[in-house]
Amino acid sequence: MTTDPSAAAAISPAAASSHDAAHHWGLERMLSVSTLLLFVWFFVSLLRLPALDQQSVSEWLRNPLAAVPMLFLIVSTFWHLKDGLIVVVEDYVHEAGNRFGWVLVINMLSLFGAGLAIVSVLKLAVGAAAA
Amino acid sequence: MARNPDRPLSPHLTVWKWGPHMLVSILHRITGAGLATVGAAVFVWWLVAVAGSAETYATFAGWATWKWSLIIWVGLTWAFFQHLLSGLRHFVMDSGAGFELNTNKFWAVMTIIWAILLTVAVWVYIVFWRLA
Repeated sequence: MTTDPSAAAAISPAAASSHDAAHHWGLERMLSVSTLLLFVWFFVSLLRLPALDQQSVSEWLRNPLAAVPMLFLIVSTFWHLKDGLIVVVEDYVHEAGNRFGWVLVINMLSLFGAGLAIVSVLKLAVGAAAA
Repeated sequence: MARNPDRPLSPHLTVWKWGPHMLVSILHRITGAGLATVGAAVFVWWLVAVAGSAETYATFAGWATWKWSLIIWVGLTWAFFQHLLSGLRHFVMDSGAGFELNTNKFWAVMTIIWAILLTVAVWVYIVFWRLA
């Protein structure tokens, strides 16, 4: 479609080159499935907790068997939601400058949100146990 | 203008009518956008609050159990199930199946009905079994 791939790449990394598209399409679907499976694990885990107070939740996340899937859940979910929001913006925001701005904001906020979540889990999982 | 409803509509940009498949398509995007913004914000806030102090968790728990927050929780529950079910439908359609008009319409309607039923089931369970 595009005559200048570098211009497309500047607007959307997803459009960087045509032969990446099939890979990207498959990756999006892998991330959908992994997000779904990890959320099933997440909700089942929450139901099995004795209560949802800070003590119960932090004890749960201190266990590597909970912290590791939680970290995967964060990566999978934020990657999936970033891709999804960018697809929506690319369909409805037609002006190149606006589109670039929205994609930038989505990328930055998704990375920031994922970063906050990851550091919080790591703080619980590898930090000193509460007295 | 008299129109035989059994005849297909001419494929034209301005000549169309709403169908369940279109509603599900736009619901998938609306619920996805809602989960990606409101849902993600609540999720990150929760994790940061857990890793923080007793005060940060009390602030989150205070908001989470506030009666009007129930609108957010029920909304997120419905958005989760609608996005999950319409996502599964898209997954089947990605394989090339389910494009026949009646099949397509049937499963589009099913995602809407089941998303509502599952949302009601979850909240009946939470209110009458977990909180009772």
